[in-house]
Amino acid sequence: MTALAAVAALALAACGSAPEEGGATGTAGGSESSFKACMVSDAGGFDDKSFNESGYNGLMAAEKNLGIQTATAESKEESNFAPNIDNLVSENCNVIVTVGFLLATATGDAAQANPDVDFAIVDSTAQDADGNTIELDNVKPISFDTAQASFLAGYLAAGMSKTGTVATYGGLQIPSVTIFMDGFVDGVANYNETHGTDVKTLGWNKDSQNGSFAGGFEDQSQGQQLTQTFIDQGADIIMPVAGPVGVGTLAAAKDATDVSVIWVDADGFETNPDSGDLILTSVLKEIGAGVEDVITAASEDEFSNEPYVGTLENGGVDIAPYHDFDSKVPQELKDEIDQLRKDIIDGTIVVESPSSP
Amino acid sequence: MTDQQPAPPPTGEPAPEPAGAAKPHPEGAESARWAATFREITTGPFGVTVLAFVLALVIGGLLIIVTDPDVTAAASYLFAKPADFFGAAWTAVSEAYAAMFRGAVYNYDAPTFARGIRSLTETMTVSTPLIIAALGVAVGFRAGMFNIGAQGQVIMGAAIGGYVGFAWNLPPVLHLLLALLGGILAGGFWAGIAGFLKARTGAHEVIVTIMLNYVALYLVAWFLTTSAFTRPGSNQPKSPGVKDTAQLPLLLGDQFRLNAGFLVAILAAVFVWWLMTRSTWGFRFRAVGSNQQAARTAGMGVASSFVLVMVVSGALAGLAGAVQILGTEKALTGGIAGSIGFDAITVALLGRSKPLGIFFAGLLYAGLNVGGRAMEASTGTSINIVLVIQSLVVLFIAAPPLVRAIFRLPAPNPVVMKGVSA
Repeated sequence: MTALAAVAALALAACGSAPEEGGATGTAGGSESSFKACMVSDAGGFDDKSFNESGYNGLMAAEKNLGIQTATAESKEESNFAPNIDNLVSENCNVIVTVGFLLATATGDAAQANPDVDFAIVDSTAQDADGNTIELDNVKPISFDTAQASFLAGYLAAGMSKTGTVATYGGLQIPSVTIFMDGFVDGVANYNETHGTDVKTLGWNKDSQNGSFAGGFEDQSQGQQLTQTFIDQGADIIMPVAGPVGVGTLAAAKDATDVSVIWVDADGFETNPDSGDLILTSVLKEIGAGVEDVITAASEDEFSNEPYVGTLENGGVDIAPYHDFDSKVPQELKDEIDQLRKDIIDGTIVVESPSSP
Repeated sequence: MTDQQPAPPPTGEPAPEPAGAAKPHPEGAESARWAATFREITTGPFGVTVLAFVLALVIGGLLIIVTDPDVTAAASYLFAKPADFFGAAWTAVSEAYAAMFRGAVYNYDAPTFARGIRSLTETMTVSTPLIIAALGVAVGFRAGMFNIGAQGQVIMGAAIGGYVGFAWNLPPVLHLLLALLGGILAGGFWAGIAGFLKARTGAHEVIVTIMLNYVALYLVAWFLTTSAFTRPGSNQPKSPGVKDTAQLPLLLGDQFRLNAGFLVAILAAVFVWWLMTRSTWGFRFRAVGSNQQAARTAGMGVASSFVLVMVVSGALAGLAGAVQILGTEKALTGGIAGSIGFDAITVALLGRSKPLGIFFAGLLYAGLNVGGRAMEASTGTSINIVLVIQSLVVLFIAAPPLVRAIFRLPAPNPVVMKGVSA
């Protein structure tokens, strides 16, 4: 019976009327530009609910707003980086955006081999084989001073923690990850200084640049285990800086009571709708906006290799709305955070990190 | 894991007469011989492999149709205008597979021949570590041991081979040879642990090698936090570049990534062929693999064979890691091994643990990977479909009766098989 219904539904669905001749197979109007923007992900993939996805959304926004063509290549492992970039060069891309520090060397090599193609790299600069930054006319670094925003998140976490212990961990120990953790630790320290409290941060020591890492951006069970360890040590607010591995943290937080999570990169309340009630806030890194800016400039023939740096001031980084926690965060704390944001923008407070761009 | 056929059950049907026997009807004999040949080709290991591949491509095609937005759009008015639907479906599949061919074999759209043939050289480059590691896995299979730890051995081989490559200063040639040797020793040692534990305590090699994969993964992640393995003045988990003197030379110049590692893979295949079919060690390995009790009764050291098999198997996997870092990647990172060690198990199965089979299976597997990425870049088809195709090929090859049933082929004729293999 169900099978019959399914078949009937299918048949009904297939009964729509055919569109007018010519408009059948997605050939949009004549406004489509021949400019082609392309993107290579790192091993996290474009569906990582995090920085690859943010970059991808920027590319899609550019496709929609500018009427340009796009192509993408998703990396499964590090050995895919160079061939993926090369495939996109073969597909005659005008600008290729590579997402992530891990692609720095592959981007540097490809940019040198293809001087007529423009490149932009998120979270890094182009590098040579030995990891030294190289400046090239056709590579634009897109970087973010996320320490500024995670400073606010750290301050918020310290103010919201009931146990007096908060925690953070990273995916890999790379500058674009540890910069979040540096800002978070400083934010907590700033709260302790202002309020005379002693909130502890687990998982990262800014001075020795040592802490907890999941060892990658793929294995969610790693995130779950690390988070469980933190919860066992009394932490009640945890910030995973590990892309999709953070989903493991949400799972562990769900099983525990009174544990909340600070998401990173995108607004976790929106990207993880099932776990919205666990997400205190998110440290936003507007990769999408940055990517779209660069593609727009390139499509208008205004590409430059001058680095783009996202800050609180230009809105490239910030913290997300509190959503479900809006009623639980005291107004006083909200005001303090708004004041801090102003202080950081006008330079009264300088958030520093060895990894700052 | 060998291709030995079970003894044929006695049947009432008359088996085909041996060639040369007197025939009343020469024409009948001729057609019988053709039928036997046809049967041998289609139902033998090679035929099943080809058919499994065709089947997987057909299912992959269906997936492409289902996931293609243009086809989905046309499906909504299927009955009003079926031609649109079938046209869109054909376009989606043919474009995707054409892009795959361009990416894996020859890009006929490329402006120059060099740029076009680059696809094939990419396939060869990617196949290199797969072939070498799969040879290692196959040595284990033939000796009745399931080395799931190729991944860990590849990682260790890459770490030590790479360390020799970037940290030592030696003259050319010698430097390269020592770096390769470092990879071989590291992989052999790593797998030898599992062999030793099996010989001494009976610990199952599957469990031990799986666990050693994790140990290797995190050991290298830790290496990459130490100053010996990272670049001076950097806390990034990436080693310095391998020195020029230790790099495998490029075979076709700067434009291509193909390097001498491919020759190493061919040499390794020849070595494994010699080892398993011509040497006393290989005889011992196979004897232990076929029947441990019989081997023991015949006076062979079964326990020491366990260790030796694992060391040889791991040494090859370690060589694969060293070749990957010295030829292609040129710097050590946590993800240096990718999924080579696990893909190698598939390739060994696909090649039926025979050196020549593994060589072609490695090329095929790498071609699917390389072509799949080109397909994604060109037509936007998800690379995951390629993973499905790869998995289906293996699934069908592991179940020849299923493939024969789908194509309505007869079961292999045992008498013919016997005659051919003699």
